Amino acid sequence: MTKPPKEYINDVVSGIKPSGIRRYFGIASEMKDAVSLGVGEPDFVTPWHIRDEGIYTLEKGYTHYTANAGLKELRIEIANYMRRRFNLEYDGLNQVLVTVGGSEAIDLFLRTVLEKGDEVLIPEPSFVCYAPLTSLAGGTPVPIVLKEENNFRLKADELRAAITPKTKVLVLPFPNNPTGAIMEKSDLEEIAEVIRDKDIFVLSDEIYAELTYGESRHISIAEIDGMYERTIIVSGFSKAYAMTGWRLGYACGCPDIIKAMTKVHQFAIMSAPTTAQYAAIEALRNGDDDILMMREEYNGRRRMIVDSFNKMGLHCFEPLGAFYCFPNISSTGLCSDDFCEKLLYSKKVAVVPGNAFGDSGEGFIRCSYAYSVKDIQVALDRIGEFIEELK
Amino acid sequence: MIENSEKLLELLEKDGDISLENAAAMLGATTAEVAETMDELKKQQIIVGKSAIINWERTQWENVNAIIELKVTPHRNLGFDRIAERIYQYPQVKSLYLMSGGYDLALMVEGKTMKEIAFFVAEHLASMEAVISTATHFVLKKYKERGVMFKSENKDDREVITI
Ligand SMILES: Cc1ncc(COP(=O)(O)O)c(C=O)c1O
Repeated sequence: MTKPPKEYINDVVSGIKPSGIRRYFGIASEMKDAVSLGVGEPDFVTPWHIRDEGIYTLEKGYTHYTANAGLKELRIEIANYMRRRFNLEYDGLNQVLVTVGGSEAIDLFLRTVLEKGDEVLIPEPSFVCYAPLTSLAGGTPVPIVLKEENNFRLKADELRAAITPKTKVLVLPFPNNPTGAIMEKSDLEEIAEVIRDKDIFVLSDEIYAELTYGESRHISIAEIDGMYERTIIVSGFSKAYAMTGWRLGYACGCPDIIKAMTKVHQFAIMSAPTTAQYAAIEALRNGDDDILMMREEYNGRRRMIVDSFNKMGLHCFEPLGAFYCFPNISSTGLCSDDFCEKLLYSKKVAVVPGNAFGDSGEGFIRCSYAYSVKDIQVALDRIGEFIEELK
Repeated sequence: MIENSEKLLELLEKDGDISLENAAAMLGATTAEVAETMDELKKQQIIVGKSAIINWERTQWENVNAIIELKVTPHRNLGFDRIAERIYQYPQVKSLYLMSGGYDLALMVEGKTMKEIAFFVAEHLASMEAVISTATHFVLKKYKERGVMFKSENKDDREVITI
């Protein structure tokens, strides 16, 4: 071997920058008395009846692989859920694929449809996986900058301006991590209008669909006229049922695409974790009240945290989904990174710089309210002091 | 009174220490409204007290609890209330419930030692005219109290991850 191992790494992987999300956590976790509003996963543990079901199936010895696409019973429950929750008809047997988290479903879809040079439109700020996974699949990520003045919703003219003959996929990441933005029916109709006569597929990441706090519940773009056939919905159990560590998600869409994604999945993954699949059946059958309880709890914290940032003078638009708020820190005169670093070293509070989610997140910070009221209060008090001292 | 006073009660039941400001923000009301609602709920004796949940096992002090079942003869006119009143006046009695099923009254009694509780039962309860029988069950270990689990550690174990 004449080349050092490092040189075997391909250019795409070498080119992927480390995520800015983790930067301050590493430091915070070493610091005594540090508090964090940084973690993007529920603080709740999985409801007991769901855990209990997982344990029960282990006791019974259900420890084998499942079918590649997932347990039939689970796929049928997912289809039932999509029907009762969104009025969407999917055949559990050939339109649902059970994956290792929503993350795998996103990767599978991009790998299944993209060819070299295909452009993927990615509204930003948004979750960090879409651009690297696009590049790994040979596609070209094209960011669309979302604006605070539009409450970080995607607007028709912004979309129209980004479309080129090479555009193949539009990622719709709503309810959004990190901004907490949602898209209402009228917003989705505007978007549908733009792409209706074009050959663009929609990857709708609806992992936070159960966590919305406005008048109406989340609706899917697949419910809009003419969008069903061209939409792959990605969702999962992580956020709705506080099941992040079980690693279970799914994709729903037209049979041809799901079948092709299953082809990739069967070789790369075989099948999603069996215990998690059994537990997920229990979640879908008997977990509606858990969702309700957690949503209520998040909603209270959301009101408290948004109220508090606005009182501090950090303008925070009202996030109507997920469990994040995205206050604007430009009034402090600091850039996101400086703000986060100074806050961590002077007050021992870890938050995530907005630019970790795309350049358009510069001037913002992401604060998660997946923390107890007490922790949130401590963090807010310290941030309040920090802002006062900056003046 | 705020409209969602039920939500306020749930918040207080979960955390009696919650500040007015936080409760108000969480309920989407003003602090003045929440304060006024709390006063009203106290006046109506809906909020009747507030106390810390203590895991005495982790202290150096002895603390013994027992659940006592009583079968009693109800008073001719006043039913069970009369006898209940005579029992709950004792400070050792932490809770008292009228029950359906095999016995009539259930008491949660607290004392410094088992002997103290045994004495209390013999001296004060068993000797009451209306009491037909008593059964005393000592608590050996508390796992959970008023919704709070007494497990040893309650720390955030979420790890650093790109999310
Ligand atoms: C927007 C979004 N999509 C997808 C995921 C992936 O979730 P999972 O793979 O646990 O289903 C996350 C996780 O934070 C997310 O925030």
